Amino acid sequence: MAVCIAVIAKENYPLYIRSTPTENELKFHYMVHTSLDVVDEKISAMGKALVDQRELYLGLLYPTEDYKVYGYVTNSKVKFVMVVDSSNTALRDNEIRSMFRKLHNSYTDVMCNPFYNPGDRIQSSPGGPYSRVRIQSRWALLPVSDPVQVGPTSCVRSSPAGPLITW
Amino acid sequence: MEWRRSYGRAPKMIHLESNFVQFKEELLPKEGNKALLTFPFLHIYWTECCDTEVYKATVKDDLTKWQNVLKAHSSVDWLIVIVENDAKKKNKTNILPRTSIVDKIRNDFCNKQSDRCVVLSDPLKDSSRTQESWNAFLTKLRTLLLMSFTKNLGKFEDDMRTLREKRTEPGWSFCEYFMVQEELAFVFEMLQQFEDALVQYDELDALFSQYVVNFGAGDGANWLTFFCQPVKSWNGLILRKPIDMEKRESIQRREATLLDLRSYLFSRQCTLLLFLQRPWEVAQRALELLHNCVQELKLLEVSVPPGALDCWVFLSCLEVLQRIEGCCDRAQIDSNIAHTVGLWSYATEKLKSLGYLCGLVSEKGPNSEDLNRTVDLLAGLGAERPETANTAQSPYKKLKEALSSVEAFEKHYLDLSHATIEMYTSIGRIRSAKFVGKDLAEFYMRKKAPQKAEIYLQGALKNYLAEGWALPITHTRKQLAECQKHLGQIENYLQTSSLLASDHHLTEEERKHFCQEILDFASQPSDNPGHKIVLPMQSFAQLRDLHFDPSNAVVHVGGVLCIEITMYSQMPVPVHVEQIVVNVHFSIEKNSYRKTAEWLTKHKTSNGIINFPPETAPFPVSQNSLPALELYEMFERSPSDNSLNTTGIICRNVHMLLRRQESSSSLEMPSGVALEEGAHLLRCSHVTLEPGANQITFRTQAKEPGTYTLRQLCASVGSVWFVLPHIYPIVQYDVYSQEPQLHVEPLADSLLAGIPQKVKFTVTTGHYTIKNGDSLQLSNAEAMLILCQAESRAMVYSNTREQSSDAALRIQSSDKVTSISLPVAPAYHVIEFELEVLSLPSAPALGGESDMLGMAEPHRKHKDKQKTGHCMVTTDHKVSIDCPWSIYSTVIALTFSVPFRTTHALLSSGTRKYVQVCVQNLSELDFQLSDSYLVDTSDSTDLQLVPLNTQSQQPIYSKQSVFFVWELKWTEEPPPSLHCRFSVGFSPASEEQLSISLKPYTYEFKVENFFTLYNVKAEIFPPSGMEYCRTGSLCSLEVLITRLSDLLEVDKDEALTESDEHFSTKLMYEVVDNSSNWAVCGKSCGVISMPVAARATHRVHMEVMPLFAGYLPLPDVRLFKYLPHHSAHSSQLDADSWIENDSLSVDKHGDDQPDSSSLKSRGSVHSACSSEHKGLPMPRLQALPAGQVFNSSSGTQVLVIPSQDDHVLEVSVT
Repeated sequence: MAVCIAVIAKENYPLYIRSTPTENELKFHYMVHTSLDVVDEKISAMGKALVDQRELYLGLLYPTEDYKVYGYVTNSKVKFVMVVDSSNTALRDNEIRSMFRKLHNSYTDVMCNPFYNPGDRIQSSPGGPYSRVRIQSRWALLPVSDPVQVGPTSCVRSSPAGPLITW
Repeated sequence: MEWRRSYGRAPKMIHLESNFVQFKEELLPKEGNKALLTFPFLHIYWTECCDTEVYKATVKDDLTKWQNVLKAHSSVDWLIVIVENDAKKKNKTNILPRTSIVDKIRNDFCNKQSDRCVVLSDPLKDSSRTQESWNAFLTKLRTLLLMSFTKNLGKFEDDMRTLREKRTEPGWSFCEYFMVQEELAFVFEMLQQFEDALVQYDELDALFSQYVVNFGAGDGANWLTFFCQPVKSWNGLILRKPIDMEKRESIQRREATLLDLRSYLFSRQCTLLLFLQRPWEVAQRALELLHNCVQELKLLEVSVPPGALDCWVFLSCLEVLQRIEGCCDRAQIDSNIAHTVGLWSYATEKLKSLGYLCGLVSEKGPNSEDLNRTVDLLAGLGAERPETANTAQSPYKKLKEALSSVEAFEKHYLDLSHATIEMYTSIGRIRSAKFVGKDLAEFYMRKKAPQKAEIYLQGALKNYLAEGWALPITHTRKQLAECQKHLGQIENYLQTSSLLASDHHLTEEERKHFCQEILDFASQPSDNPGHKIVLPMQSFAQLRDLHFDPSNAVVHVGGVLCIEITMYSQMPVPVHVEQIVVNVHFSIEKNSYRKTAEWLTKHKTSNGIINFPPETAPFPVSQNSLPALELYEMFERSPSDNSLNTTGIICRNVHMLLRRQESSSSLEMPSGVALEEGAHLLRCSHVTLEPGANQITFRTQAKEPGTYTLRQLCASVGSVWFVLPHIYPIVQYDVYSQEPQLHVEPLADSLLAGIPQKVKFTVTTGHYTIKNGDSLQLSNAEAMLILCQAESRAMVYSNTREQSSDAALRIQSSDKVTSISLPVAPAYHVIEFELEVLSLPSAPALGGESDMLGMAEPHRKHKDKQKTGHCMVTTDHKVSIDCPWSIYSTVIALTFSVPFRTTHALLSSGTRKYVQVCVQNLSELDFQLSDSYLVDTSDSTDLQLVPLNTQSQQPIYSKQSVFFVWELKWTEEPPPSLHCRFSVGFSPASEEQLSISLKPYTYEFKVENFFTLYNVKAEIFPPSGMEYCRTGSLCSLEVLITRLSDLLEVDKDEALTESDEHFSTKLMYEVVDNSSNWAVCGKSCGVISMPVAARATHRVHMEVMPLFAGYLPLPDVRLFKYLPHHSAHSSQLDADSWIENDSLSVDKHGDDQPDSSSLKSRGSVHSACSSEHKGLPMPRLQALPAGQVFNSSSGTQVLVIPSQDDHVLEVSVT
């Protein structure tokens, strides 16, 4: 289970960022933001090779004492950053990869939403940008679809109290 | 040596080092021995014996015993070396070669493995044989040693695996296993197979980690509890020794703590990695290790004194860094900062937390509790290790010093922080650098040094703003606000406060706090009353939309303009604003036309509401804030034929997209917002801005005409001014001044003459105010009446077409002037009223032409005449109007159209004459005609006009005609010409009753030569003996021309010849068949001399042939006056008359249709004409006026039957 996920635009502003211990939101914001350094570094280091291999997963960006930060970059240079609790040893590379893939799918769903303006901040609930409890049903809220019906693709099902990502 | 290994591992060149020790039985490994390094791999028995006897006596026994011992220990790796000595050999030359010692030994011991016995000949001599034997021996030695080594190593590995498989069994000890596997690692290390050695350690590492994880999951191995003992020592990693024997022993004794084990493991890994020239991996692994250890300690719930781990991590970080620095040169380190910077940053972080823990950061310095803690921590470090004792910069010394005093801590912490920031910056990890900088700022804030903190906070804030990270922005701003408050930067502090007060990421209380800070400052009496603090408006309130009233934002001079703006207050509490001011820029437009009310009304299509794009306020996203492309298609057509010249796409907002990206100023508002001082201000005082949307209305009275542009919006709260420096999109309103104007236009499409028509008067008052008594003076046109109606009313509208009042119109007419008194109307209003006008038919002119209408100023062009004239004849009436606002009169032309067109015709029946008048209604209206009269204006008593019209009233519908006929009767000689005037009363059919009597419509015309002089009668007779005419057979045509009257005035012309009181005239007749029914045979025309006397008759015979069967109309017979050539006339023949003459003859022929039957006759006329043309003296033909010739046989028909032999029916099919 990730403690924080972030979708970051090509220009490095957050499209969506959400962490489960909401009281520590700020810390995760800082962490994700700082991790962009490594994302940038990795993207530029891998350069073309990365694009050719279609390897979007950037791997562990950097570990901290308590968390591990993983990165993923789409072909359109939208970055996904996921922060995982270090003590959670059950999460291996493969799990992280599959989480990213699901996140990517959800992001694609958002982009498919004709009411979504690419580049806008992704709203997870119709409650508006200032509602404290932001994630009610899905972080990627499609206007019509019911989260229950979305089925296996609704990987990012989260409730304010529950885990952010389950599968 | 090449080493081939089991399990398909690649062969490797290895260096195997071996020790030679004297054989002792106790050295042989016991069962279960795990020591591999000291393992006897190969047993060599050396003998110098060359005597069979001796051999048999001692050596053999000895060998057997040795072999037995080896066998007992199941060791099969042995070698027997026989050293042969030439010197000795010489003594025993008689020895048979077959029975040499070697052979004997081989026989006795090496029954199958003959290669296990080697002869070394004369080892001390320098001969080729010696050399050879040495080589052979060494090769053998190596091979066997390796064989044994491989075998034993394999066995060892197998044993080790077996041991590992037993790990789930109770009583299994990790430490024991550790030692076994480490042995293997040592062996590899000895073989210089560092890679393999490292693998062994990594395996151990992984195994241990897995155990810890499993333990965390509740699946504990009891040996692990051993590692869970409280941490008592945290002296960091020791990497300077290849093997930390002290720790190794503790592991062996099973006394090691988790940190000990990890430290030892890592020190070994580090050593091996450095052997492998991979120092950067060390750094990376170190960081992982440190994180991991911290996690593991947490997981295993090992009790650690506070700060102990921080010490350990800090020491370890520095140790690793120093170790790496020790084995790399400067350039290498510099290029690999990316690998080490993590450790630096980690060390900084740990030192910081230690500092906070030990009270070294607080302002007052550490208290006793802090000091106690420090002492405890230092105690846990133990004594400094001897290997670093001499190094000045050892991690141990650093830590000890840093913890010793506040100043030392500060120095070390700053050193580390700066180094870290520098490193991060140098490798482009700006965000990380800023983050460390923020920590540093926090430190400075604690140390009450806000001036040093500010720069770091600003830097970080800029970074977050640039990338739009809302929460970090808020947080950093909060810190910055505190910092600025301490620094006393009032303006900056207030600005930051306003930003924070509007920040939705803060709690309501926090926002209120910052808002209150601003209000407090604003309310406190300023020592300098004129001093203003100018802050950007954006964070305080946002301009949402703006609404003009009037909505087109056009107002006349003196008019009132309302501007309603919606401001969205960002503040959490209602804020009382002393005044809100809009700064307006005034400009006078050069092009005065653009300022007219019409233009502005037409071109300002907006609904008066201007929406401002919501400022990207809380999250200014640098790149994304660019507006979207506004693309439009563009077509350029050529003006002549409207064909497409170019097409393309135009971007309308290029100026927005291509403007220079302001790198910094656009993100954080520049603090110095320029306050524009302008003469024109819109002001609204004492407004309380509630949180959220607020409506504020500005009212202004327009003064000077021109364009006013709203520039700045300013809200003042005490001495704090919130300024919106630019209002964009551009908001303008226009003030115009307008001259009074009068427009007169007909209500209908066109005005009809003769009946009352409505005309609309529009008075645009402009800047003129209509006072009581102001009136329009209309000078009456002669033929146009202005009908005064009592009930006519005038409407007064405001400029925006709202009706404001209406008033009765007073119209006073005198002979010359009609005065219309206008209702009172304020400036910039519109007065509208309608008047009825009637255009009188003006004095009738003589209608020479039959279709000329007797109206004033007939606007007729030649072209109109040629078209049969569906357009009406128009008359213009000019009215000059004196307006009260001007000394000049306005001349207005009204064009009236005559609804009727009249034509007349003279009809004859023998000598009886009729006049027909046709009235055609050209208008769209239906009329009622009444009382038609035709009078002879010349008043000849002799003449009588007898109307044949039965109805006195007759409707005439639109686009229809009505005919009137009168018979002319006279008793005596008729007058040569007749002047007639036709008049008919008319009124619109639809209207019931008109208030005034309308003048009748009149038409004057003249009829000349209406008296019939000749009667032409034509008759066709069938050929003699036949009853009917037949096609193809010649018939005779008899033309009878009879003179009906005696000499009259009209006959007196050139053709008249007088002889003996007898007058005769020359006439030319011509028979023409226009319808190609007849072929005229022979002469078709001729000149006759006609006596001018009543009943004089001329008979002409001709032959014609019918071409068709059926009832055929007779061919036309035409009469012309044949005017002889006149000498006087011929002298006047010039080009014009030639043409005239010619045209006459051509005209004559032009009437003829192409006629094959009359070809001959025409040809003759033509030839005659041409001959006449050649000779100048030429007789002229003049058509007789229609009234003078009566064709009595017109309309008669002759029956022609088909010829009998005409059986052929030609059918042509196409």
